[in-house]
Amino acid sequence: MSLNIIVLAKQVPDTRNVGKDAMKADGTINRAALPAIFNPEDLNALEQALRLKEQHPGSTVGMLTMGPPRAGEIIRQGLFRGADTGWLLTDRLFAGADTLATSYALATAIKKIGKVDIVIGGRQAIDGDTAQVGPQVAQKLGLNQVTYAEEILKVENGVATIRRHIDGGVEVVEAPLPVVITVNGSAAPCRPCNAKLVMKYKYATCPMERTGDEPWKELYDERPYLTLNEWSVADVDGDPAQCGLSGSPTKVKTVKNIVFQAKESKTLTGSDADVEGVIRELLDEKIIG
Amino acid sequence: MNNVFVYCEIEGTTVAEVSQELLTKGRKLANQLGVELHAVVAGTGIKGAVEEQILPYGVDKLFVFDGEGLFPYTSAPHTDIMVNLFKEEQPQICLMGATVIGRDLGPRVSSSLTSGLTADCTELEIGDYDDPKTGEHFDNLLYQIRPAFGGNIVATIVNPEHRPQMATVRSGVMQKALYNGKARGEVVYPQVDKYVPQESYVVKVLERHVEAAKHNLKGASIVVAGGYGVGSKEGFDQLFQLAKELHGEVGASRAAVDAGWVDHDRQVGQTGVTVHPKVYIACGISGQIQHIAGMQDAGIIISINNDPDAPINKIADYVIVGTVEEVVPKLIKYYKQNSK
Repeated sequence: MSLNIIVLAKQVPDTRNVGKDAMKADGTINRAALPAIFNPEDLNALEQALRLKEQHPGSTVGMLTMGPPRAGEIIRQGLFRGADTGWLLTDRLFAGADTLATSYALATAIKKIGKVDIVIGGRQAIDGDTAQVGPQVAQKLGLNQVTYAEEILKVENGVATIRRHIDGGVEVVEAPLPVVITVNGSAAPCRPCNAKLVMKYKYATCPMERTGDEPWKELYDERPYLTLNEWSVADVDGDPAQCGLSGSPTKVKTVKNIVFQAKESKTLTGSDADVEGVIRELLDEKIIG
Repeated sequence: MNNVFVYCEIEGTTVAEVSQELLTKGRKLANQLGVELHAVVAGTGIKGAVEEQILPYGVDKLFVFDGEGLFPYTSAPHTDIMVNLFKEEQPQICLMGATVIGRDLGPRVSSSLTSGLTADCTELEIGDYDDPKTGEHFDNLLYQIRPAFGGNIVATIVNPEHRPQMATVRSGVMQKALYNGKARGEVVYPQVDKYVPQESYVVKVLERHVEAAKHNLKGASIVVAGGYGVGSKEGFDQLFQLAKELHGEVGASRAAVDAGWVDHDRQVGQTGVTVHPKVYIACGISGQIQHIAGMQDAGIIISINNDPDAPINKIADYVIVGTVEEVVPKLIKYYKQNSK
């Protein structure tokens, strides 16, 4: 049985390299000031989707992402690895969304895409670490959900068998399709880009990513697959009130860079005398036994 | 109406410690707001087995849902229970553990009720809020405080207009304590099929393996933790040796876990374990907020770092400027020489 698979993927700021311009005054993230990467666990999810595509001939894998025009990169990265198509949700009305407004937007787009058997994404994104969007998308679509998946063992007769991580162990569950699956970082890593696919799709862009003076712009007329789908709130028949900041029940009250209460600390070197001194002090004061 | 609810997680008939920690916190919030603390638990064959693990934490009313198919946990039936119960009860606050279960259930419930949910809170407080746009004033909201954005900042989140205000909290962040005050302690056993339609039992658990934790990092009195500065998986061997000598446990920063040098269950910080040891030895850890959120209550903090300006040094009692590779073997050596 062939499967229609949608991969939810997010372009995230690389939170390991954050400068002081990272936050805007309203407490939301200034994404423009940061290097952007493919959210790591979404790559684990993409790998599971591509494996299913290989096991089930005729299946399709589509990348769905929401973000500014430059998030078109996420769709390209998916195409380079074997995805068939993609959709970028981009609109100022989507901006400032919390997890609920994000899941509303994604669920609305999935309804627009139409028939889907599996929606799969990373367990969580590294910029928020909330793990909320997957289950919320499932709820909004009225679908079953399996979170913390490590491997999709098989899909047979309309039922997915999935091994998932649980606290202190693992379990294997069976869920009827359609289903929303979120994939844990302990799942298999994603395959690298395929050189032929990179050649094929390297100029694939969303219209809003283009400047209009690309030397290869004639290609866009000749090869329709180089124009990626770009959807606004209106394109997915979304309700603006449920999108972005206005559709977000959570509000950021304050954001602060924490200044820790500095303690009076002893600074030592790594010399033998200094290290032995610390050990003796801790032993003398019975702090260590 | 308008009470504080805590979802109690179980394994078999044992209530999770994180749920008891949240009951303790929930009791304080309820007292501050002048409302009741209610608890919900759902499982199979739990009637008579779980009540005494929940009520002593100051619960005014406990809802026990006991029925086939409610254990092991699956998303849909537990969501139905929470959503339908909340439609009747209209709570103002709901707390859950930031466990695999809480992080599966919380978002599904919040989406069903269109209410806000904040994951992995490190502090919960009650306070007022003035909407900067409309100027509208809100009394007694739940401040959901958490490091955000990879731990580079701390954000206070509020849900002014939607109820319940939902938050998840990791195990060990709050401290559990039996309640000394008076609580009503009423227990009710609602009929499960009034809350959960038969078609919700669609996901089947075929196999399940749960092991008791391999270590007791959360309760360890000495923690030797490694960060990116440890440099390799092999580098962690030294840390394990030091921890063994000191009868402590090994912890790690997120960077070291992400690098694959140590198991995920040893991660200390907001998205890992919160520890309260007597001594915390931070080896090659720079000290992002999200890490510090999980260890700042340690009695004595020793930081070993070749960067004298590492942020963690500000909260350390001892700063040893040097590489982990150089200093940790010396700690082992001089501990062995000097302890008897």
